[in-house]
Amino acid sequence: MSWVLSIPLIIPFATAVVAFLLRDRSSGRWVSVLGSVLSLLASGVLMAVVWRDGVIAAQMGQWAAPFGITLVADLLSAVMVVITAITGLAVAVYALSDITEEQESMGYHALFQVLIGGVTGAFLTGDLFNLYVWFEVMLISSFGLLVLGNGREQIDGGVKYVALNLVSTVLFLTGTGLLYGLTGTLNLADLAVVVPQVENQGLVTVIAILFMIAFGMKAAVFPLFFWLPASYHTPAFSVSAVFAGLLTKVGVYALIRMFTLVFTGDRGFTHEILLWVACATMVTGVLGAAAQNDFRKILSFHIVSQIGYMILGLALFTPLAIVGAVFYLVHHIIVKANLFLVSGVAQRLTGSTELSRIGGLYKSAPLLAVLFLVPAFSLAGFPPLSGFWAKYILVKASLDVEAWFVAFIALAVGLLTIFSMTKIWGEVFWKPHPEGIDPEMTRLPRGAAWPLMLPIAAMAALTVAIGLFPEPFVAFAERSAAQLLDPSDYIATVLGSAR
Amino acid sequence: MEVVVSVLVGVLFAAAVYMMLAGNLLRFLLGLILISNGANLAIFAAGRLTAGAPPLIPEGADEPIGLVANALPQALVLTAIVIGFGLFAFALVLALRAYWTFGTLETDEMRAAEPREDAK
Repeated sequence: MSWVLSIPLIIPFATAVVAFLLRDRSSGRWVSVLGSVLSLLASGVLMAVVWRDGVIAAQMGQWAAPFGITLVADLLSAVMVVITAITGLAVAVYALSDITEEQESMGYHALFQVLIGGVTGAFLTGDLFNLYVWFEVMLISSFGLLVLGNGREQIDGGVKYVALNLVSTVLFLTGTGLLYGLTGTLNLADLAVVVPQVENQGLVTVIAILFMIAFGMKAAVFPLFFWLPASYHTPAFSVSAVFAGLLTKVGVYALIRMFTLVFTGDRGFTHEILLWVACATMVTGVLGAAAQNDFRKILSFHIVSQIGYMILGLALFTPLAIVGAVFYLVHHIIVKANLFLVSGVAQRLTGSTELSRIGGLYKSAPLLAVLFLVPAFSLAGFPPLSGFWAKYILVKASLDVEAWFVAFIALAVGLLTIFSMTKIWGEVFWKPHPEGIDPEMTRLPRGAAWPLMLPIAAMAALTVAIGLFPEPFVAFAERSAAQLLDPSDYIATVLGSAR
Repeated sequence: MEVVVSVLVGVLFAAAVYMMLAGNLLRFLLGLILISNGANLAIFAAGRLTAGAPPLIPEGADEPIGLVANALPQALVLTAIVIGFGLFAFALVLALRAYWTFGTLETDEMRAAEPREDAK
């Protein structure tokens, strides 16, 4: 079984090597696309196996758990790997037209594939220290992508991104060391068994908070999100799309994993903090967005706001809330990456992302306008798009536990999201271009339009599909939430597969 | 022994936080070295310290005899040092680049990506 788990990891890294060797040729970009297609196939196989057999695990190098490094996939891991591959493929196609030859020769495609590999590894590992290593793989490649091209703004954004992410990394490492000192194990499944037996539960809670801060920084929750709006609007559009879709979500995934599997002993304390963090994140994110006047800066603040919803699902910790968190996670990655891709096309056509300097896209590029509306309305939670069901489940979950105030915040933030989206709509699409030019699609060079529009259309179609046929996705999220809330299967598979 | 190392870790963290809050990128990076060394020492101490007992298995035995040093934290620290070194090298080059671009390392004056609204 181990190949099912290791192939999705091997493909991106192998692709990265080939893409790096071919970085000065046009074939390099097609290698990246091919690798992404293969990743998608491999993740599909992984998903099918996990759906059929339940949790699967493999011990690397035949070192039995809990001593060796375990790769493990439950439904949450599997779906995150699939979504990573989908986003990876969409962005790899988009990059065909978006990334310049200069950026390619600096190794864009190799860094991109390493990033995808790092993200996939973080989702698949069952070992805390190995998770740290995957975080680092992801970080170093994201550093490279962020400053690729050496723009003034990129360097500035890069400094803040690098600095705060390195601090969070050190906190993660310290937490890992202390947890090891307390329990003597690093295997997540083994930790789930050993941590409740630790005598001094107060210390466990302290370490839990350390992890909460470290992962919270990665996930960009209040008040640790400042690096995100400082940097996400600076790199190439492909890069900010893949960052927006995936990177913060790795933090959210790590929070969900640790706070459903390991740190569940003192929920009255830890999950209460998470609940208020979630509310503050939703509100500050959406208010920050309202104050911005740049396409990508608005979207960046909305990432922060949307992270709040996922943390909310984790914090409420009822079966329905976890279903909501998983559903939200999946829906959000598609929608958010897509919005950034749209902003890239808008910039190509009109020459800027400053709202005051662009306009007229509704008249000259109606297809793009429709394709913007789908993810934008989904983000705000309009029926029948995917975001409606995600928000509906979370609001229902908070009403079920009589958390009226939380439900109110979630709804009010949805309303304010519409405000930002209509602002973009009005400024970018409806109002005429301030310089009187007609930003038509034909302004793009020949053959440059389809790699930009195809991924946007595909992901918008996916959003509509999830919205119109939510039942299989909710059923999936329910099974996944059941696995998260009762990790006995996860633990038994990891520790039992030592044979 | 663990107590001494723990105190050292505390001192390193405190000094590192002080440096990192100084508002200068170079001091931040020096703080970063200190704090990552602090974290490495914390892992080392968390694995319990033993003096003069290498984790060697005598010939003919299946496991080490008596109390020996814990080898796992050393492997972890080694990995963390290597990773930390790579990241630090990148951060240092980035800082140099930032200095060339902006002519300053004062973080308050680095506003290229987020210009002040009232500066215009």
